[in-house]
Amino acid sequence: MIEGVAALGNFVLFLFAALVYAIAPPYKPRLLIRQLRTIGAESFFLVALIGLFTGMVLGLQGYNTLRRFGSEGALGTVVALVLVRELGPVLAALMVTARAGSAMAAELGAMQATEQIDALTVMAINPVQYLVSPRVLAGVISLPLLTCMFDVIGIWGGYIIGVGLMGAPSGPFFNGIAQNLGSHDIAIGLYKALVFGMVVMWVCCYKGYHAARMATGVSRATTDAVVLSSVLILAWDYFMTAILL
Amino acid sequence: MTHNGTKDGPAIIVRELRRRFGKQQVLDGVTLECPRNQITTIVGPSGCGKTVLLKHLNLLLRPDSGQIFIDGIEVTRLNSRAIDSVREKFGMLFQAGALFDSMSVFDNVAFPLVEKSNLTRDEIRARVLEILRQVGLEGMEEKYPSELSGGMQKRTALARALIRRPSILMLDEPTTGLDPTRTTAIHQLVRSTQQRFGLSAVMVSHDVPQVFAISDRVAFMHAGKIEVSGTVDEVMSSENENFKRFLAGRAAGEEERPSSQVVATVGR
Repeated sequence: MIEGVAALGNFVLFLFAALVYAIAPPYKPRLLIRQLRTIGAESFFLVALIGLFTGMVLGLQGYNTLRRFGSEGALGTVVALVLVRELGPVLAALMVTARAGSAMAAELGAMQATEQIDALTVMAINPVQYLVSPRVLAGVISLPLLTCMFDVIGIWGGYIIGVGLMGAPSGPFFNGIAQNLGSHDIAIGLYKALVFGMVVMWVCCYKGYHAARMATGVSRATTDAVVLSSVLILAWDYFMTAILL
Repeated sequence: MTHNGTKDGPAIIVRELRRRFGKQQVLDGVTLECPRNQITTIVGPSGCGKTVLLKHLNLLLRPDSGQIFIDGIEVTRLNSRAIDSVREKFGMLFQAGALFDSMSVFDNVAFPLVEKSNLTRDEIRARVLEILRQVGLEGMEEKYPSELSGGMQKRTALARALIRRPSILMLDEPTTGLDPTRTTAIHQLVRSTQQRFGLSAVMVSHDVPQVFAISDRVAFMHAGKIEVSGTVDEVMSSENENFKRFLAGRAAGEEERPSSQVVATVGR
């Protein structure tokens, strides 16, 4: 029980330290840019691909469901609201967890196992500031941007299938979006993406940083990181939706 | 009364250092002095706590009780900023080298200067190339750690430990995983480096008795205590039963448990 509380405390303090060191000098833009590339730019194609297919399946399912009520004209609104408010941030975060988060946990775990993190400490370089802060910051910056791209590509995917293939009317598709998708909806999606970006990097860095120094330590850290990130994303998503709705 | 650790006293003084991990008393009152400009080697059976002791000397771990003086400064109760300034004094060679695998040899060695000094790019380049030449690695700057042999990785790590011109060098089993020829070569390199730079060195080693040839002083650690310490001659003529058994076991080629297991057992 006491150990559980202590571990939770360490977990929270880890994030706190990462955020404090992110705004404390010395500033190393080079490290941030490298992580923006790894977490953001290199995740783009995966996120775009998942966004396209998610939008396509929404177009297909949405069209078939709406046709029963004779409301094919609302297809654009349905696809856009579902993507922007819900699926965009959640799926983009899950994809970043799978691609960048797991790699991050494994990399930091290996650095821990081979004493590279101790080496930084002994050189009087704060390892949290050097390794963790740029990653958390890059997650917070990257994920909202990736989510925006996911949403746009998803809406086009829904358009291609719903309008292009199934024959829903083209005009109402975009008209509906323009009339019903408000800045409030977009803001909710971006808040979620921002928080998820922080959560994913926090969990994955924490698990890697505290990997056990054994042969199985790195694999265990990677698994734990992906599982815990995914669970936290979906749980947080519920609570954020309930609060922001 | 021993010297209280002024500038002219021993480089490192350890008094009654104790540290417990769970139920295991890993350090049980360690007392040790490492004189200036000499090599002090800590030997002992696996699991006796020598790696943990070294992690206390380089301030990666904090003791439950006891004192450590480095250059006359008591370091066990310092805050993190003050600890960083003490760390400027020493270089550390980790057991597996702890080189950053994403960086070339040059960048690894240059890293402490790039991060912690105000030197220009040209000055850093000159310093790095000079130290690489001194450890016998000229022409290897662009290689990555994975492309190097074990001995070369140790040399790179040694170069990185020396690049900030420390006054104290700490070495954690610098010859682990090397064959006897390379072991001797690294020992000679450590000795010549120590003499050239006038360093005070503390080394944890399992190369007994080969390592005695380059050591000024030896400390034998057993069950969390230093049981015998002194010059090599004094220690070799010691009548301590545990030490004699340890030496005999070594001579008979007793297997050493890899010390990573020890680290894993004690955790962080």
